[in-house]
Amino acid sequence: MAKYVFKRVIYMILTLFLIASFTFSLMKMLPGSPISTSSKLTPNQLAAVEAKYGLDKPLPVQYGIYMKNMVKLDFGTSFQFKEASVTELIINRAGPSFILGIQALILGTIGGIILGMIAALRQNTAWDYGSTLIAIFGISIPSFVFASLLQYWIGVKGGFLPVGLWENGWKSSILPTIALAMGPLATSARFIRTEMIEVLGTDYITLAKAKGASGIEIAFKHAFRNALIPLITVMGPLAAGLVTGSLVVEQIFAIPGIGEQFVKAINVSDYSVIMGTTMFFSVLLILVIFIVDILYGIVDPRIRLAGGNKQ
Amino acid sequence: MEKILEVENLELSFHTFAGEVKAIRGVNFDLKKGETLAIVGESGSGKSVTTKAIMRLLPESSSEFKNGQILFDGKDLTKLTDKEMQKIRGKDISMIFQDPMTSLNPTMTIGKQIMEPILKHQKLSKIEAQKMAIYLLQLVGMPQPEQRIKQYPHQFSGGQRQRIVIAIALACNPKILIADEPTTALDVTIQAQILELMKDLQKKIDTSIIFITHDLGVVANVADRVAVMYSGKIVEIGTVDEIFYNPQHPYTWGLLSSMPSLDVQEAKLYAIPGTPPDLLDPPKGDSFALRSEYAMQIDLEEIPPFFKVSDTHYAATWLLHPDAPEVTPPATIIERMKRFPSSRYYKGANGGATK
Ligand SMILES: Nc1ncnc2c1ncn2[C@@H]1O[C@H](COP(=O)(O)OP(=O)(O)OP(=O)(O)O)[C@@H](O)[C@H]1O
Ligand SMILES: [Mg+2]
Repeated sequence: MAKYVFKRVIYMILTLFLIASFTFSLMKMLPGSPISTSSKLTPNQLAAVEAKYGLDKPLPVQYGIYMKNMVKLDFGTSFQFKEASVTELIINRAGPSFILGIQALILGTIGGIILGMIAALRQNTAWDYGSTLIAIFGISIPSFVFASLLQYWIGVKGGFLPVGLWENGWKSSILPTIALAMGPLATSARFIRTEMIEVLGTDYITLAKAKGASGIEIAFKHAFRNALIPLITVMGPLAAGLVTGSLVVEQIFAIPGIGEQFVKAINVSDYSVIMGTTMFFSVLLILVIFIVDILYGIVDPRIRLAGGNKQ
Repeated sequence: MEKILEVENLELSFHTFAGEVKAIRGVNFDLKKGETLAIVGESGSGKSVTTKAIMRLLPESSSEFKNGQILFDGKDLTKLTDKEMQKIRGKDISMIFQDPMTSLNPTMTIGKQIMEPILKHQKLSKIEAQKMAIYLLQLVGMPQPEQRIKQYPHQFSGGQRQRIVIAIALACNPKILIADEPTTALDVTIQAQILELMKDLQKKIDTSIIFITHDLGVVANVADRVAVMYSGKIVEIGTVDEIFYNPQHPYTWGLLSSMPSLDVQEAKLYAIPGTPPDLLDPPKGDSFALRSEYAMQIDLEEIPPFFKVSDTHYAATWLLHPDAPEVTPPATIIERMKRFPSSRYYKGANGGATK
């Protein structure tokens, strides 16, 4: 197990290095710079500012400096907020985004699992069709449409939940969480339904029945765990979907989170914030994928990690 | 001998998009205490469906009992509720399936899987159940059972998995054990080992066994009686000797002729011509008539009843009707009949062969 984790950590660092290099080169290829978009400076002033931020140095040197600082968790300072360190900017904004992300992930997967189980166990009944309908909506309607709908009908028209911002404690998180969770909820509901139906048709389920197991034991003791395995494999992509979803949803609900800041940074070509946030998201996703792999091994004994109970 | 199970005039259909599949069309047999009854027949003849019907393991949404009853312990199993049936499954009647690679839950330790029916049907503590599981694994010849109960199915070979499935089936000392082609999916040496194990266990425990197989060679090895199934019906039933050495139904003749044998040297194996009838629309009369060179006019019109050959031997063929003309069975069958005392071809115990 220790060996496995060590190997994975090495791979994770390698992945991050590649992502960092890739984002760096992408940034450099994009037209415009923070200075050219934001202000009308004389060529002299421009040169002075560029020198200050190191933008006048040759690219390989810029790259070297960037990578060196990154190891020290220093992503430089923001161009738009004078002198504010990118690391601090991200940390200050992390709270709301984390709350939204975690809540949406829990609501999405657990809600989806419940919905999918109901659909599979009550196949071809109103329950099944109802859950299918919800899933189709969840998959086909983008989260920003949900966000706007929820904001308008529940926030503005209904008036019983905040329309946006992050000023009413947990209440502020409800609508954006729901908007964010719809995608994962629909996906996991579909996954669990398909898998449950397949698992319920396998020989080992028939054998469990032949042992005298009841319907509930069959569904939860025997089928559920096996149906969960494929869902775990898509947890990584689901989490990635949440990150991208949060960019839009935070924007719509004007939530002071990382996503909202990221979008603003893109609009004004604030390189250091863009790269810092990209790296932050990358670390997050890589960690999620790592946790998912460990979970996978716990649920599925066939891929217990090397060093576990060997025969 | 005491009858433990009686299947009477069982008719069962599946409702499919194509229509009603009449998979079981009037099956009658009984199972006596302690005996092994083999069910043989071509693929699709309804062997699995019959036994799954006994255990009520067929999908409730698409299968329907049309007629008949399955009497066990004074109860008609076709009429029991799900709850009542759960108390019987795994305790009084248990089952071994064809493919050991897929019949164990991949995410559950085999210890738990063996303990499940024990905890369910017997008043035992977890520790006692675990001891029982270890004992059962020992019984089926699994080395180091104490360690192995903590392992998962993927850590066992096919033959070992079938031993585990057998251990599960035996966990509660069932009155009836149904084995649906328990060796078909295994390679030949392992097949022999599993068969040996089953014969061994049969001596140790007092269980009645229904043994389904394609392989007539296996039948002679394990069974006391044989039921021959064809297109959803039992066409002939009798003791192993009666079926092997005095068969009466042309379908049984066909089956026996297509069986590779050591003493009758033949260049080519016989194959029954044609294909089994479509169960969506079964033919009138004897459903084997269209494939049989012995078919008579009446075979195309009326379903033959069971004719009694002996107290233990019955066959559903018009050839046994007193008015039927005498026919000559295929040569290989006559060779067999020569060894059967009450047969008209009897030539002595060694079939008339001279040394
Ligand atoms: N769930 C089902 N729905 C519809 N038809 C079915 C179903 N199960 C079995 N049948 C049909 O019932 C008939 C008997 O099938 P069964 O599985 O009992 O055959 P079998 O004698 O066990 O054959 P094999 O030797 O291949 O196992 C077949 O024609 C099959 O197509
Ligand atoms: Mg079968």
